[in-house]
Amino acid sequence: MASAAVAGHSNMKSSHLASLTPQWMNSEVLTGTSIMAVEFDGGVVVGADSRTSMGTYVSNRVTDKLTRVTDRIYCCRSGSAADTQAIADIVSSHMEILEVKLGEPPLVQVAANTFKEICYNYRDMLMAGIIVAGWDKSKGGQVYTIPLGGMMVRQPIAIGGSGSTYVWGHIDAAYQPNMNQEETVDFVRKTLTLALTRDGSSGGVVRVAVITKDGVDRRVFLHNELPEFYQG
Amino acid sequence: MMEVVDNSYPGFQFSNFARNENLVAKGFPMPNSRKTGTTIAGIVFKDGVVLGADTRATEGDIIADKNCSKIHYLQPNMYCCGAGTAADLEMTTQLMASQLELHRLNTGRQVPVVAANRMLKQMLFRYQGYIGAALVLGGVDKHDSHIYSIHPHGSTDRLPYTTMGSGSLAAMSVFESRWKPNMEAKEAKQLVRDAIAGGVFNDLGSGSNIDLCIITKDGATMIRPYDVANVKGQRQGKYEYKRGTTEVLSTTVRPIQIVAETVKKVTVEEMDTA
Repeated sequence: MASAAVAGHSNMKSSHLASLTPQWMNSEVLTGTSIMAVEFDGGVVVGADSRTSMGTYVSNRVTDKLTRVTDRIYCCRSGSAADTQAIADIVSSHMEILEVKLGEPPLVQVAANTFKEICYNYRDMLMAGIIVAGWDKSKGGQVYTIPLGGMMVRQPIAIGGSGSTYVWGHIDAAYQPNMNQEETVDFVRKTLTLALTRDGSSGGVVRVAVITKDGVDRRVFLHNELPEFYQG
Repeated sequence: MMEVVDNSYPGFQFSNFARNENLVAKGFPMPNSRKTGTTIAGIVFKDGVVLGADTRATEGDIIADKNCSKIHYLQPNMYCCGAGTAADLEMTTQLMASQLELHRLNTGRQVPVVAANRMLKQMLFRYQGYIGAALVLGGVDKHDSHIYSIHPHGSTDRLPYTTMGSGSLAAMSVFESRWKPNMEAKEAKQLVRDAIAGGVFNDLGSGSNIDLCIITKDGATMIRPYDVANVKGQRQGKYEYKRGTTEVLSTTVRPIQIVAETVKKVTVEEMDTA
């Protein structure tokens, strides 16, 4: 696997300089991450933090983990940055060709399945946890989660990444079905803030995108726009 | 027994891995590859981008090259700074430069910076991180000015300012405190110079001079060196000893005796023409 290969590579160094080179220089770039997606009537809301870490160093503090697959389908990326970027590029190009063949935008389920095919068949070589979410005219807003092993399942609400472990309880307690758009955005913003403040590998800003039949509305919430919780 | 290396397939060969491990265990150290310890950086300013790099190449603890060039040409509107394994960087950037030139001829227009980014990330991902090339790609095309940081495993980030290499933390601290959007050229050059200087003076893997490359829509200017930060000191005194410092106790002269002399004529052979 990729991370084992990196460890083998570093055997080459046997000098004083090697011990001075910080650990993160030999680490793969990971998106530590808190990501989530929620369905509502009329579309979906996707959200993510913005931290990319290389060991303990934050290599990008303003990452955009909400990646466009098609105009109405976005994916949230967690895991290895290289793996997820490569997969998203491949699926995006497939969808573009499909759109030309079909004469209409592809369904969210098709995009999610394409992600799943890659993530499952190359599961031993990849480290990718992806949430696919979007709107299409057949089923409206849909969220599909594809965690590490390559399984795919549709859920009304999905969370992922290292920061998600801190908010499973919160979504179980606070999620209500049938929220409207603004309530859903607020819920995503609150949940990600909770995850972000507790998880060391998540941080930066909260990026949110609302996908409906009318298009994509992207928002950024800076530190001062995040809700305040118990800081003890 | 020696194993024959199978060279029939392209790509990296791992057949010597077990043998190398054994040798290291027995006390034969691995030869050090030449690395560019490095501080490289790039920023976006009002009229384009500025790329900067130090000039030290290390082989283990030794400085292999005091003045190597780390800002590589890709296209007239794009340059790439490289950190990591020197050989991998040279080969990757040269390969990319030729691929991009073919792209330009094929499409009949200036290559967009996103194309170089895509090609680089797809190649590095294919090699799963074994090509030790960490790059800061910068360029200006008809759409916009771009800075991309590209990691060995194939992940890329588009950013307004970025640093890479062992001195990247020192350089990044300079950027985080002083970068602002839409800086003027003079200010931008000074900022990149200061960031690289941060790496040169505070990181052992970076040193010597600071090179700069400014790219605007009118073209690229390579300034090598922009700043000679480390001037070799002047020798203060003479360290020669005068004749007679060491006392001569005795002298013996033994001439070389010529025993015999033979003369052999050199025959000039005619060149073989078929």
